Amino acid sequence: MGAVTSAADVSCPTSLGDLFQSEEGRKVLTCIQCGVCAGTCPYGDVMDYPPRRIIAMLRAGMLEKVFSSESLLACVACYACMAKCPRGIRLTEVLLPLIKEQTLLRLPELPAELQKALQNTLRYGNPMGESSRKRAAWVKTAGVPVRILAEDPRPADVLWFVECYASYYPRGQACSRATARLFDALGANFAILGNEEKCAGECGRLTWEPGLYETLMDYNMAVFQKYQFREVITSCPHAHNAFKNRYPLLGFNWELDVTMRYFARRLEQLKPRLTRKLGYTVTYHDSCCLGRQNEFYEEPRALLRALPGVKLLEMTHHRINALCCGGGGGGMWLDTYYKSKGYERLSERRAKEAVATGADVLAVSCPYEVSRFEDALKVLGQDKKMIVRDVVELLAEAMEV
Amino acid sequence: MHVIVLLRMVPDVVEELEIAPEGNALDLDALRMILSESDDHALEQALLLKERHGGRVTVLAPDAPEVDDALFTALAKGADRAIKITGLDASLTARGLGHACRQVLASTPGLMPADLILTGAQAFSDLDAVIAPLLAYHLGLPHVGIVSHVSVNPAAGSVTVLREYAGGVRAEFEVPLPGVIGIQSAEKPPRYVPVAKVRAAMKSQKIETAGVPVMADGGNALIQVTGMLKPEAAGHAEMLEGSPEEVAGRICDILAARGLLQEVR
Repeated sequence: MGAVTSAADVSCPTSLGDLFQSEEGRKVLTCIQCGVCAGTCPYGDVMDYPPRRIIAMLRAGMLEKVFSSESLLACVACYACMAKCPRGIRLTEVLLPLIKEQTLLRLPELPAELQKALQNTLRYGNPMGESSRKRAAWVKTAGVPVRILAEDPRPADVLWFVECYASYYPRGQACSRATARLFDALGANFAILGNEEKCAGECGRLTWEPGLYETLMDYNMAVFQKYQFREVITSCPHAHNAFKNRYPLLGFNWELDVTMRYFARRLEQLKPRLTRKLGYTVTYHDSCCLGRQNEFYEEPRALLRALPGVKLLEMTHHRINALCCGGGGGGMWLDTYYKSKGYERLSERRAKEAVATGADVLAVSCPYEVSRFEDALKVLGQDKKMIVRDVVELLAEAMEV
Repeated sequence: MHVIVLLRMVPDVVEELEIAPEGNALDLDALRMILSESDDHALEQALLLKERHGGRVTVLAPDAPEVDDALFTALAKGADRAIKITGLDASLTARGLGHACRQVLASTPGLMPADLILTGAQAFSDLDAVIAPLLAYHLGLPHVGIVSHVSVNPAAGSVTVLREYAGGVRAEFEVPLPGVIGIQSAEKPPRYVPVAKVRAAMKSQKIETAGVPVMADGGNALIQVTGMLKPEAAGHAEMLEGSPEEVAGRICDILAARGLLQEVR
């Protein structure tokens, strides 16, 4: 089966005071100041204190100065600095969220869009401020039966953790319908939490709003424990990140995967059903959480290559070098702020690169990316030339009804 | 300076509003309650004044579902004391609330005298904006409503407030203290308070309760709601499709058909 096993990330300090209590924290001090982190950071050029300087300031006991600069709000948690660090310092997971937390605490005013998203996530369990009672409303349009555990609590093999964008955002719902069809085609015994589900909270961690993250973790764990299931499969790489790295501290020990990879592992079973010729030229955008952080580089490509009539092209930056869509670490709710600062939108930078391949479909595997790249293509005036599709959507499209 | 802020929980319109089977009230079981937005602004204004001039902020709220969350959030933001008014009828009107507040203010130690009483100028449950003037009347204090800026004149023992009128007209009032001010909006949007701080407030701070005797007439008898109806869609928008030229042509036809366009020769 080869399911991803979850290893609790117990070595991650949860406060700056504890930084040097852990091995990973102490590793920060082994920095050789090479500056690869700052050079690879998509917003390194606009930061007063890119990662290299932050470490230098930490050693000099001058972190307070870093906190009082807003520059770390430009950290989109893309794992580029961490993936490239020759010393293997886990910046994105260890140091940067702690700096960000202190920065946010000292801000005279939180960027309004981010504040609203955080408040909405606390109150409604989703950043867009939609009613928590409508989280499962999309199920009626699924076209196949989707079991909600609160209504039918029989044990399931797969607990599908749908997540916010895939539950509420219209294009995310389209992807959820595709996911449901694929689970159904595989004959999986799957179920969802429905309205009981709330955001896993990963962006709370990386934004970093630890109290919000803890509240959501406590809540979701209590809901998980009500039901019986063997594995958790989520549509959201950010939720995957949370379940893999933090939830185990609270006892999360189910098998875990993301939908894209779950289907990739069952490609042989799906292949006979993939009969519709699509006729697309596709380029794939590696999501930061699935790519750099988990090295799921080949699974989405294997899926795309298996689709009839699909030609796969690579962008200049791909796999470990992929450019971030700009949505991580709270970036999803900082577009207005970045704009006010005059920063280039990372999703536009990436969309330009995608268009340059000559492909007509930009394939993605994170629910944030659909809206980010569709918006970027519209801004660039390229939305007629290129469409954005989740890999799972393309799979379902290739499956004859 | 001592500022009292009256907070109210109102129906959260993110959720569907349902009418109760009796047909003259909202179905309270189907509702979620949320802090009234302009009350949140009143709290923000009070906290800004405390930061500038020192003193303390007391928040006062009638009991309602989720009110504890709102009160602990206020404490986490910097309020010094939180009091929940209990024993009230769920269908309490502004009149009843004004009466209850008067009693709580008079009977709870340490509340009066206050320099300033702030509350939201309006709420979903108080569209006529009567609570602040009613409170001022009960207390024999001056009142100005629909205020978007408050500055304190310590020497004169007064506040200067900015009141908004229709058509973009604004007026400045000087109000002697103590006084009651209905806040439309604070100088800046209500602040964010990290959830960890709210959780800490829940552990370390307490919400006091103040009970009030029920009014002889329940506080509700002057006006009765006889029926409540959901809005009915009377028509719908027509979406024009086609090329920009075709759509522009259709718009011209529609305007001309309604006599809104004249052909210019």
